[in-house]
Amino acid sequence: MMPDLVVSLVFITYALVVLLSFGGLLTWVERKQAAVMSDRIGANRAYIRIPFTNIRLIWLGLFHGMADGLKMLLKENFKPRTHDAVGYFLAPFVVFAPVLLVFAVIPFGGTLDPGRLFPSLASWFAGRTYPLQIAQLDAGLLIVFAFSGLTIIGAMLAGWSSENKFSLLGGLRAGSQMISYELVMGLTIMGLMLIYGTVDLGDIVRQQSGVIAGVLPAWGVFMQPFGAFLFLTAAIAENKRIPFDLPEAESELVAGYYTEYSAMKMGLFMFAEFIQIAIVGALFTTLFLGGYNLPFMTDAGFVLPGGREIAMSHGLVIVLQMIGFLAKVFLMCVLQIQIRWSLPRFRYDQMLSFAWKMLLPLSLANLCVTAVFMWLRGGMA
Amino acid sequence: MTVPPVRSAPYKRKEYWNEPTMTWWERAYLPEILRGLAITTGIFLRNMGRWITGRRGAVTTYYPEEKRPDYAPLNRGKHILTQRPDGSPQCIACNMCATVCPAKVIEIEAGFDENDPAHPKYPIRFEIDYSRCVFCGLCIEACPEDAIRMQPDVPDLVSGDRYNMWLTMDEMLTWNPKQDVAKPYPPKPVALKLSDSIQRGRDSSTH
Repeated sequence: MMPDLVVSLVFITYALVVLLSFGGLLTWVERKQAAVMSDRIGANRAYIRIPFTNIRLIWLGLFHGMADGLKMLLKENFKPRTHDAVGYFLAPFVVFAPVLLVFAVIPFGGTLDPGRLFPSLASWFAGRTYPLQIAQLDAGLLIVFAFSGLTIIGAMLAGWSSENKFSLLGGLRAGSQMISYELVMGLTIMGLMLIYGTVDLGDIVRQQSGVIAGVLPAWGVFMQPFGAFLFLTAAIAENKRIPFDLPEAESELVAGYYTEYSAMKMGLFMFAEFIQIAIVGALFTTLFLGGYNLPFMTDAGFVLPGGREIAMSHGLVIVLQMIGFLAKVFLMCVLQIQIRWSLPRFRYDQMLSFAWKMLLPLSLANLCVTAVFMWLRGGMA
Repeated sequence: MTVPPVRSAPYKRKEYWNEPTMTWWERAYLPEILRGLAITTGIFLRNMGRWITGRRGAVTTYYPEEKRPDYAPLNRGKHILTQRPDGSPQCIACNMCATVCPAKVIEIEAGFDENDPAHPKYPIRFEIDYSRCVFCGLCIEACPEDAIRMQPDVPDLVSGDRYNMWLTMDEMLTWNPKQDVAKPYPPKPVALKLSDSIQRGRDSSTH
């Protein structure tokens, strides 16, 4: 009982630290990446001066995120004269909290055996092993969709309770957009569920640890390349970023559903968006990029295609898996930022018809082809 | 009496002569999106490679630390006050530049110099607030004495405080105009005494 509690607390702390630092770091990555791809230098003026010296730490502008946070905290906390003050107060939290909760079911590493890692504590742990995942739920994917569905409520609540026409329009747009793309997202995942025969994310990742056709790692992206593309598109649209940032299109709606939010409440919306980039990256990694699995790596070490084996200790394997997962998530975040800074925004009718007339039929076709293929193969993989 | 039903033709979009045409490849949308991503990613990787290998991956000038070498020769950068051969400012404190200035950034305090009868008015204080200056050059146009000009070089007044962005007369009188001023100056006239003006009055009298 006690070891389980300690391990769970450690996992939760790890998840929170990873998510919040990803959210903070991505603001910097986004700035710098956008600058580098448009021949600029990027934000690099904020510094921390070591007290009593004249040494200024600039570190490539890494402290701009901190300066932003401080600014958000110190700004005037504007309150509109609204009839739904409670809803107005709650909306940022309704957007922010579910984004964090999604990470609970995502496995961020292989199976940890603390007794082998710390031999002095082996008797306390009594041979128990823990998959590196906060909640080992059978309903993993369903939990993901349940929580990411809650963000819609937050966005619509913010739009409604601000009592501002722009906010209301933004909230309406957010609602219809997120519902449309969530449908697409769900249908794309169905093909993957057919192949893996489970919605348990830990199990899905474990099934991706093998090798197909001798050389290719058995990652979802190789089983469902089309589904991976559709999922990424729908997930970016779900996150309401360019090219799908219609709910907050500043040329039309000031700032959309958070027009009336200032200071840290607005900061929560922004922070939720950045954390959701990381969450989308983590989900994509888990479902399509083999999660924490590195190519040709097992719990004992590497097994290269030629038949060579490289044995590794348990601690090294765990660390490599966790770093591998974080690196994959980071690469997916970079890809999303690249998309955000490359593409122009859709028109609103184009965006909805893109969802209903293009992505939905395509994801249905993907599902049908996968189903027929699975039926021809006779059962689960 | 029955109102005849209003019949309106269905809306027909106007066809323009330069209507954009797309090939089926562009219409497929996805290839073009991927091409755009490839372009931006290529630029990103090129610049990133330059930064990593210690070269410069941006075209931005890193302003207070660096300056552009290619200011235009007629760039209106910062103001200078021209000087007479003896080093005193040519300015006669007429306030025309301060009057024409659209941003009202010029402040002049005039003094009286009885030892210089040709230019009895001179500036005690001549200050420009560069935090508000719009660099329009109207002060140069307005000056009757060619006393204020603009240099291509910019004033290095990078500051976090707007009160540090004033240039005083001393800082604007650093330019030495000796080989630049075309018109030769007459020798400085001697100071007038009261008896001189009585003498002049007598000389000009008709009786």
